[in-house]
Amino acid sequence: MTLTRRDLLRTTATSTAGLVVAFHVPRVARAAGPAAPPLPPANAFLRIGADDSVTVLLAHSEMGQGSWTGLAMLVAEELDCDWSKVRCEHAPAAPVYAHPAFGVQMTGGSSATWSEFDRYRQVGATAKDMLIRAAAARWKVSPAACRAAGGKVIHGKDELSYGKLAEAAMKLAPPKTVSLKEPKDWKLIGTKVRRLDTPEKITGKAKFGMDVQFPDLRTAVVARPPAFGAKLAKFDATAALKVPGVEKVVPTANGVAVVAKHFWAAKLGRDALKIDWTPPEGGGVDTPKQMAEFHDKAKAPGAIAKTKGDIDAGLTGAKTKLVAEYEVPYLAHAPMEPLNCTVKIDGDRAEIWTGTQFQSIDQMVAGAILGHSPDKARDKVTIHTMFLGGGFGRRATPTSDFVSEAVIVAKAAGVPVKVVWTREDDIHGGYYRPAYVHRIQAGLDDKGRPVAWDHVVVGQSIVAGTPFEGMLAQHGVDSTSVEGLVESPYLESTGAVRVSLHSPKPPIPVLWWRSVGNTHTAFAMEGMIDEAAHAAGADPLAYRLALLKEKPRHAAALALAADKAGWSSPPPPGRARGIAVHESFRSIVAEVAEVSVENGRIRVHSVTCAVDCGTAINPLAIEAQVQGSVAFGLSAVLYGKLTFAGGRVQQSNFHDYPVVRMWDMPKIDVHIIQGKGAPMGGIGEPATAPIAPAVANAVFALTKQRLRTLPLKLA
Amino acid sequence: MKLDINGTVREVEAPPEMPLLWVIRDLLGFTGTKFGCGMAQCGACTVHLDGQPVRSCVTPVSTVGTRKVRTIEGLSPDGSHPVQRAWAEADVVQCGYCQSGQIMTTVALLEQNPSPSDTDIDAALSGNICRCGTYVRIREAVHLAARLSHGGGK
Repeated sequence: MTLTRRDLLRTTATSTAGLVVAFHVPRVARAAGPAAPPLPPANAFLRIGADDSVTVLLAHSEMGQGSWTGLAMLVAEELDCDWSKVRCEHAPAAPVYAHPAFGVQMTGGSSATWSEFDRYRQVGATAKDMLIRAAAARWKVSPAACRAAGGKVIHGKDELSYGKLAEAAMKLAPPKTVSLKEPKDWKLIGTKVRRLDTPEKITGKAKFGMDVQFPDLRTAVVARPPAFGAKLAKFDATAALKVPGVEKVVPTANGVAVVAKHFWAAKLGRDALKIDWTPPEGGGVDTPKQMAEFHDKAKAPGAIAKTKGDIDAGLTGAKTKLVAEYEVPYLAHAPMEPLNCTVKIDGDRAEIWTGTQFQSIDQMVAGAILGHSPDKARDKVTIHTMFLGGGFGRRATPTSDFVSEAVIVAKAAGVPVKVVWTREDDIHGGYYRPAYVHRIQAGLDDKGRPVAWDHVVVGQSIVAGTPFEGMLAQHGVDSTSVEGLVESPYLESTGAVRVSLHSPKPPIPVLWWRSVGNTHTAFAMEGMIDEAAHAAGADPLAYRLALLKEKPRHAAALALAADKAGWSSPPPPGRARGIAVHESFRSIVAEVAEVSVENGRIRVHSVTCAVDCGTAINPLAIEAQVQGSVAFGLSAVLYGKLTFAGGRVQQSNFHDYPVVRMWDMPKIDVHIIQGKGAPMGGIGEPATAPIAPAVANAVFALTKQRLRTLPLKLA
Repeated sequence: MKLDINGTVREVEAPPEMPLLWVIRDLLGFTGTKFGCGMAQCGACTVHLDGQPVRSCVTPVSTVGTRKVRTIEGLSPDGSHPVQRAWAEADVVQCGYCQSGQIMTTVALLEQNPSPSDTDIDAALSGNICRCGTYVRIREAVHLAARLSHGGGK
């Protein structure tokens, strides 16, 4: 099942029907005036209990990034409630929770905070207005004579808690407009606030999709094609059905599911299946051959993503010409919680429990399997979003792969089923960060500055063939393949520029992976700039600052990171530093990495980060996201690589697809630049991309080896 | 067979080779212990057997015998164990999926080494993977937990 673009757009029609009535806003009163856009229906986002509890409903999924705390802060700031009474819940899947910028209910693109900044504050302000009016009516005074603080409405010596006012307040008409606090009056925003989900996550009580249990629920483990492009020919379930605990064996779209009383029986049953697979046409992808083809393609320009000036003349006329090729491999996301999805079908209705980043799409895809139109799917398919044991993009598949499969299994098995992926299933199951090759020809003038830049990118398109293609690809150029490159600040003052893209279509499912295209474009761009600085005989920091004179935010981030890392003083003996800056998801991050080589291995000792994400909501959360992004990126710098033989992935688990562990972890210092009027940016991803070039540039400074392939391997 | 888990002896019917992890989760309903890799690579399934941290995903239930099993649910009913308090104070968690294992490994570390160095922490905790990258704060929290365990407060 694939969605059409039209299906996707239909979900953007926002409904005004609120879903949660504890804090009810009468529908009729919500009609928007001609001037002001309608306020969000507060009842869909907020419940105030008689016990003074304040429950915020999250339109975004909590996957570690901290929206569970950050969005609640936005409501609480305007509501003036008692923070200790604030709780969160994931919202159900419904149009009212559509992403304000992207139009479908989803979590991604490092966008939750900036996109919800107004909506969640308006919810708090709307509710506060109604609570004050309810109190004023009870006291028979003017609302203007009352004020709210600490979860109470106060008038002189009288005070009433929100819990005592909620019932009366919910009967009032909501305001047509609300005024939001001036930044100088913020009490919560900008302060260090600890996470609201900590108590359940340190006691084992937090419920992830994997933890869904109820009577009669069965567990299924699925045999999927061993190679991309392979197809199910036939299977024999005799041995599988003899495994104690196994109850059923049912086919899926291109595999076989074993349904059992518990995971262990399902796993043994799956392993006991005898399956004939038709091998992939043409033999399937082989990594060495594929990468040779990519490098070959990179020799000629592809579809034009950006062009200005005369590139041929620019390169010919340059004083110096540098040519280099950068390469990155396919990567799995490998979130700690392996994929899983629980489905209970009752007649033409389905109830789904899963950790997902894509509720709207999952709902439509699941509905379609049950024969429902997208409109009908909203009524027939209920989605319970559980905590996500990591997402990183893998739980945002345009095909809803892990959800649709579970619906198919539950439907075929006729019982409620939780489909559980093993780690091997996860590593083998696709939806990878695509491999890319970059070929760059840079022409430098007599001062070593770039005057011509010819940049060819080769790699699979993430959006090709998905409902997102219309939005994210133009003229054959997938914007996610070249993001961070076409907008590179270094190319703004370069006279002749050509960025072009080849998007080959091998049969490997690919997807956004934390920071998406920036994972490779920052590596190539900041690596090549470092090469240019070296060719110019310039200090890498000074060279960048000279090119970024018109980019004060980039320059400030670079300068701050360098200053805090002690750039102007020599590193300890045996160590060297490298620097990089990159803008993505509306935020700018500069990083300085200090490295050494120990027993032939690269060791990263410290990473100093300067972050400009505009208005900083919760510095504690920003620091955590930057630390985590650096760690995530560092796994790709030091270890991450998937290879294919005959279309089969050759890695399978953390022993042969290693990730950063405690002993690899550098000291990370995070310095937040308080954006002065800069629009708010994202923070879940932007610190991921600069770590690869920062480390590679440091390794060059230390060893004079220019490593242009990830993961980095010393000669 | 009988299993002494979190101070209660429970009767379970399980094939002898079934990993302790799945007995704990699927048969006894303690879902705080997590499945991450199934081959003792990631540490998400860490529980204690007589105080020793083990990877329950590769521990056949038949080998447990009379040893006492302790899971995250057995640490404290309310998150008041010093390691849990340190985790809250340092604001460690992100997605949270690996944290039961991180905490159980840390509890065992501190029971054997009340004042671990960074090197000791690296050695003890490098078997526990966190994809969110909470390692910097875990390191802080382990030191803090050591101080809290000594009764010294912050």
